[in-house]
Amino acid sequence: MTSTKGTAKVTLPADNQILITREFDAPARLVWKAYTTPELIKRWWSGERGTVLSAEVDLRVGGRWRYVMEAGGGFEVAFHGEYREIQEPVRLMNTEAYEGIPDPDANAALVTTTFTEKDGRTYMEMLSEHRDKAGRDAVIDSGMEGGMQEGMDALERIAMSLT
Amino acid sequence: MARAATTTDAFNAVAEPRRRQILDLLAAGERPVNDLAELLGLAQPQVSKHLRVLREVDLVHVRDEGRQRMYRINAAPLKSIHDWLRKYEQAWNTRFDLMDDVLDELKESELKETELKESELKESELKDGELKEAEAHDDEH
Repeated sequence: MTSTKGTAKVTLPADNQILITREFDAPARLVWKAYTTPELIKRWWSGERGTVLSAEVDLRVGGRWRYVMEAGGGFEVAFHGEYREIQEPVRLMNTEAYEGIPDPDANAALVTTTFTEKDGRTYMEMLSEHRDKAGRDAVIDSGMEGGMQEGMDALERIAMSLT
Repeated sequence: MARAATTTDAFNAVAEPRRRQILDLLAAGERPVNDLAELLGLAQPQVSKHLRVLREVDLVHVRDEGRQRMYRINAAPLKSIHDWLRKYEQAWNTRFDLMDDVLDELKESELKETELKESELKESELKDGELKEAEAHDDEH
C-alpha cells in the first residue's frame, strides 16, 4: 500500500473555484464517518494549527453545521453552513461560510464533496464554488493567516528564549 | 490579507482566462503577437491589450527581433501565487494526514468487531453442536 500522507492537491479550476482532491486508504463508508461525525471531525479538522473548540453537525437536508478552531494565541477560525444534499457515503453538498470575512452568509460557498470507492480505497473530490474571486481568495488567505499566526507564535517563543 | 482589486499584481492579472491562455502559449516558447492572435482566434489589438497587462505585472518580457516584437513568459511573479496556494494545500494536508490516523483506527475497530462476531458465531455453533450431541445421547437412552 502506498502512503497517502501529504498527497492532497489543491487547484483552481475557475476564478471562483477551489478543488481539493485526496485519496484515502479506507472504504467510503469509513471516510464518510470520519468526515461527518463530530467526535472524529474534532480530531482532524484543525490540522496541526490548533484545537477544534466545537464541531456541530446536524446531518440532514436543511440541517446546519459549524466548526470552530483555535489556532495559536486565541486566534479563532470558524466556518458554518447548511446541508443541501446528502447521499451517504458518496456525495455531500453543503454551503460553507467563513466567519472571518464581512457578511459571511451572503458570501457563502457551495461545496460539493464526492467519495468514489475503488478496491477498498476512496478518492475524494471537494469542489468549492464561491460567489466571486474575492470570496474564494479570502478563504485561501484564511489558510495563510493561520500559518502566519503559527509563525508569529514561533517568533514569540524565540524572542522569549532570548531574554 | 485583502488584495487590491487592480490588475497591477500577478494574482489579478492571471484571473482573466484569456491571459492565462496567453501564458500557457508563451510557456511553450517565445512568440510574436500575431502568432498569439492567430492561435487564440482573437484580433491583434485585443491580444496586445492583454500582453500590456501581463507586462505591467512583469509576467511577460518582450524584445525586438528585426521588425517583430517577441514575447516570452517570466514565471517569477507566479511563484508567489504558487506559494500562496501551497500554504492552503499544506493546511489541508495536515488535516487529511490526521484523518488517515482516524481511518486506521476505524478500520481496526471494524476488523475487531468482525473477528468478535466470527468468534461468537463459532462459539454458538460449537454450543449448538454440543446440544445436538447431547440430544443425540438423550435419544440413545
